[in-house]
Amino acid sequence: MNCAAIKEKLTVIGVEMVSEAEYARKGFALDVQVAPHLLVAAVSVLDAEGFFIEAITGVDWLGEQAALRKEAEAKVAAEAKAQPEAEAAAGEAPPLVSQPAEQGEIPEDALEVVYDFNHYEGLCRVTIRARLPRSKPEIATISSIYPGANWHERETHDFFGIIFVGHPYLVPLLLPEDADFHPLLKDFRS
Amino acid sequence: MSTFAQSQANETFVLNLGPQHPATHGVLRVKLTMDGEYIVEAEPVLGYIHRMHEKMGENRTWAQFLPNTGRIDYLHALAYNHGYVSVVERAASIEVPERAEYLRVITAELNRVSSHLLWFGAFILDLGGFSPLLYAFDDREHILDLLESVTGSRLTYCYFRFGGVYNDIDDNFVTGTRAFIKRLRGRMPMYHNLVTKNIILMKRLQEVGPISAEMCRKYGATGPVCRGSGINFDVRKHEPYSVYPEFDFEVPVYEQGDSMARYMVRMDEMEQSLRIVEQALDKLPEGPVMAEKVPKILKPAKGDYYHAVETARGSFGVRVISDGSNTPYRLKLRSPTFSNLSLFGEACRGMLLPDVLALMGSLDLVIPEIDR
Amino acid sequence: MTLDPEIIRLLAFLVGVIAFASFNAAYLVWLERKEAAHIQRRIGPKEVGPFGLLQPLVDGIKLMTKQLIVPAGVDPVLFKIAPILVMVPAIMSFVTIPFSETLVARNLDLGLLVISAFASVNFLGLLLGAWGSRNKYAVISAGRAFSQNVAYEIPMLVIVVTLVMVSGTMNLTEIVGLQMGGFWHWNILNLAASPLMPVAFLIFFVCMLAETNRAPFDMSEAESELVAGAFTEYSGMGFGVFFMGEYANIVIGACVATILFLGGWHSPFPDTIPFFGASSVIWFLLKMYFIIFTVIWIRWTFPRTTFYGLLNLSWKILIPISFVNLILTSAMLKVF
Repeated sequence: MNCAAIKEKLTVIGVEMVSEAEYARKGFALDVQVAPHLLVAAVSVLDAEGFFIEAITGVDWLGEQAALRKEAEAKVAAEAKAQPEAEAAAGEAPPLVSQPAEQGEIPEDALEVVYDFNHYEGLCRVTIRARLPRSKPEIATISSIYPGANWHERETHDFFGIIFVGHPYLVPLLLPEDADFHPLLKDFRS
Repeated sequence: MSTFAQSQANETFVLNLGPQHPATHGVLRVKLTMDGEYIVEAEPVLGYIHRMHEKMGENRTWAQFLPNTGRIDYLHALAYNHGYVSVVERAASIEVPERAEYLRVITAELNRVSSHLLWFGAFILDLGGFSPLLYAFDDREHILDLLESVTGSRLTYCYFRFGGVYNDIDDNFVTGTRAFIKRLRGRMPMYHNLVTKNIILMKRLQEVGPISAEMCRKYGATGPVCRGSGINFDVRKHEPYSVYPEFDFEVPVYEQGDSMARYMVRMDEMEQSLRIVEQALDKLPEGPVMAEKVPKILKPAKGDYYHAVETARGSFGVRVISDGSNTPYRLKLRSPTFSNLSLFGEACRGMLLPDVLALMGSLDLVIPEIDR
Repeated sequence: MTLDPEIIRLLAFLVGVIAFASFNAAYLVWLERKEAAHIQRRIGPKEVGPFGLLQPLVDGIKLMTKQLIVPAGVDPVLFKIAPILVMVPAIMSFVTIPFSETLVARNLDLGLLVISAFASVNFLGLLLGAWGSRNKYAVISAGRAFSQNVAYEIPMLVIVVTLVMVSGTMNLTEIVGLQMGGFWHWNILNLAASPLMPVAFLIFFVCMLAETNRAPFDMSEAESELVAGAFTEYSGMGFGVFFMGEYANIVIGACVATILFLGGWHSPFPDTIPFFGASSVIWFLLKMYFIIFTVIWIRWTFPRTTFYGLLNLSWKILIPISFVNLILTSAMLKVF
């Protein structure tokens, strides 16, 4: 069992990004970003390699796009401020250094589903991330591959409202059975 | 079991085991669909003491969450302390003095022994034997006294700090711990004679509640549950943390996968933990127990960090996502019993009620840790 | 008008028997708690009276002052009648038990049969109580108690039949009379009748444990599985009476074992030990309480067996051995 081989196999199925994280710094060895439709394929690869499922959880990136936009705008503003000085120094019109931030609506924020897999033999914790649109957080279930995912997915559904398509029994696990709220969403108010 | 297969679906009834039931040791409810005394289906119903620790983590500072960790698994609180401080130290790049790491290992391993002792007593109680519980508690009391003298509390410890531990040990602790090690070593043969070799116990545990290695993998079982099924997986060896690599200890593994194997794993682990404590006391270096220059207001670098530790029940992982502020952006607690219990429904299908309770006891459930 | 002295004697004995049964039931609880405590390195009750001797009294008062809850949905008649059905046969059995040559309320010729019959009625009370409770745990418990009873009556009665064959009588006084003159004359060592006699005693003892629902065979109560089994819905004195009935049954079991196997009131060494005489009620009580002590000792030492393990033990081991013993005994009786 070796991490490089796993990386190779995951790259073959066409996931967005596989990067080797620095284990001592991060605590996991492979950081994998997949498109939602490729998740089941990626998990199947790990299943075939004998990985066990550690956990599934979510992260709510509410406000991330707005922050990125703000950052980009600040950058533009800083460049714009620096420009007249540069002009004065050079004495001629400088080339456009930065595209202004795209106008219009800020792109939608994402809900990220994070899957942790580990192996009983080699040291290779694989973290798979899939980003879902916040307005329609749907992803295929992996509980048919890993029955243990059943509870983890139910928990993630409780906390984030992420819908695992094809899940056999997606009812609240830790929250009350009539719960219609998702406490770990950043816009949750009790 | 041929009669079981033949019976009709409409002859079943539902039995609610819990949330108040003597064998569930806490507020776990299991919805059993039964055919006579055979279990057709078992569905654990969780959440009775769900406290949303993960949300609590998001709205308090990094240090303020520390006492919460001791309350997730109240039986092995120090390992949870350890997991959380380690991940924060990893995120904030804090170096821990060696003596502090030794103290962490010593106290966490003593805590592991106390957890296993309590499990031992409670497990035999589930099987209807009353007296071993009192003997186990007697031994456990010694550990609690020792840990109280260092940490200041007896159950929900909060002893570790980012960058070390908050209190150094004294000579009384060292002599007391050595005396305890000697005492428990003297008592283990008694436990084995009184309990392990008891014919009734052997009949109740052997070949009862088999869990295969493949099942462990599919459900993500760790700790004594997977080691009882022949999987040699212990976070202390697998991804060594703290100063564990410096000690010579073994990971007990049994192949049978039945309740007896899980029982034996834990009984052997107590001895291994004693060995670690003994070596740590021998090698204990001098020095400070707290790192210097740990910032008062901690703001770990932006990013995603994971750290796993081996608790008495399996691999406990903490994932923190920091946005560079003084509170965690996201804190995920991966508790071992949650995964260990998730295989219960499949494992107990077709078993008889008393055997199911033996299986449940052998999983060593701590409910607050499942519900978090 | 004069009363027949026999009636006065009978009344006195009945009062005595009821008092004895209640006293034992109460103080066996004390003994159980004290013994369990010492096995577990504790002290046990010690606050109420010297050595906690008044504890049973206080417990009794507590139970009596508690509200007797009859849950909605139970069968009120069965629910209320069941504890009485457990207690009454237990007391009735005492009537025919000879504590010494003369200390017996009613010396019946078929005393052994009476006791065996009442032993089954007591279980009926448990069954009715469980069924009347309309509680799933109680019903499972009743099912267990039923099959347990069937499985353990058989070897027990076969052993009893063997002893009746050896003694030639069902009169308990006569059975004890035949075992006079030292422990080697007791039925437990009556190897001339059957070399399996010690084994028969062991089987009788195991069956007694199972009949009285004592650990390690307390399947129908199994508190870690069935909460409190048949007693789940009972509170206050309703539960208290069940409890007393259970202890009274243990006393009867110990009495019968003493009478059948351990020579009743006879001294083990009539010639060498001068205490209490060659035959005395003291010897009877000593033997009886030793058996009770052992019963409690076992409870606090062993884990519980499983229900099917119990049935397997009965049907595959105890019943065959008891029948072998029966055949062997009849052959020996015929030959010698």
